[in-house]
Amino acid sequence: MSTQEHAAAHTHRDDYGARMGMWLFLFTELILFGGMFLVYSVYRFTNQAEFHLAATELNTIIGTFNTVILLTSSLTMALSIAAIQKNNKSLSIFFQLLTILLGLFFMVNKYFEWSAKINHGLFPGSDELLAKSSGEILFYGLYYAMTGLHGLHVLVGMVLIGVMAGFTSRGSITYDNYVKLENTGLYWHLVDIIWIFLFPLFYLIT
Amino acid sequence: MENNNSHSQNSLGYGIYILVWLALVTLTTVTVTVSGMDLRSLTVTVALVIASLKTYLVINIFMHLRSEGRTFKVFVLVALLFLLVSFILLFADYSFH
Repeated sequence: MSTQEHAAAHTHRDDYGARMGMWLFLFTELILFGGMFLVYSVYRFTNQAEFHLAATELNTIIGTFNTVILLTSSLTMALSIAAIQKNNKSLSIFFQLLTILLGLFFMVNKYFEWSAKINHGLFPGSDELLAKSSGEILFYGLYYAMTGLHGLHVLVGMVLIGVMAGFTSRGSITYDNYVKLENTGLYWHLVDIIWIFLFPLFYLIT
Repeated sequence: MENNNSHSQNSLGYGIYILVWLALVTLTTVTVTVSGMDLRSLTVTVALVIASLKTYLVINIFMHLRSEGRTFKVFVLVALLFLLVSFILLFADYSFH
């Protein structure tokens, strides 16, 4: 603690404030997705049978697989922070790259999943979808909007972790100064939490 | 004065994270299995309870909220309560229409 206090005398640093700023940002993300979950819940409440019917088209196996991938990526993210805390730089970078790789697996699965839907003519505004009941149209609209926004967050998270891996290897993230990595981790875990709710609400309602 | 640069997190070993990951994967298996059963209206309740449990683990251990100060915990609680109140008010409105 005394060495850190000494270092603080030379450069302005406020890790506590940095983490709090990140949490505040995460609350805005919570409200962003929360609003969509509100819309989902009302439409599901008013179109129960149609939502169940539409959800049978979703691939539970891919959904489960992607859930496990994302949970594992959260583990590797947490481990990369544990490694930098122990001053194990190369292990931390290894876990960061592994996290990006798992994010990539997730996105590849999403790509195949969405392609299959689109090939079946199930995408917003398609003739096939418009011929269905309004509840099913709503389900697919929400499916694409919510998993799409979530996927965008995964992509952003992957880019951020890539930048952090660069910082770590150049030595600007170290065992006693890793709040950037910590905050990136917070973002990545939030994205994981969103998926924890998206998964049962879209894939497991049949 | 409080030292703002000390990381409040006590550096944890790798083991706890692996344990939490095992719990998360187990809960995922449980939620998939339960969804296959015919529990009717209970299905969504069980799914949400399990998802909340997983979220609790992620926030506390992976996101280190457990070792953050009181202010962080109050903030998170207020944010979650805000969302909960939004849902309650919305459904109170819908139920009486």
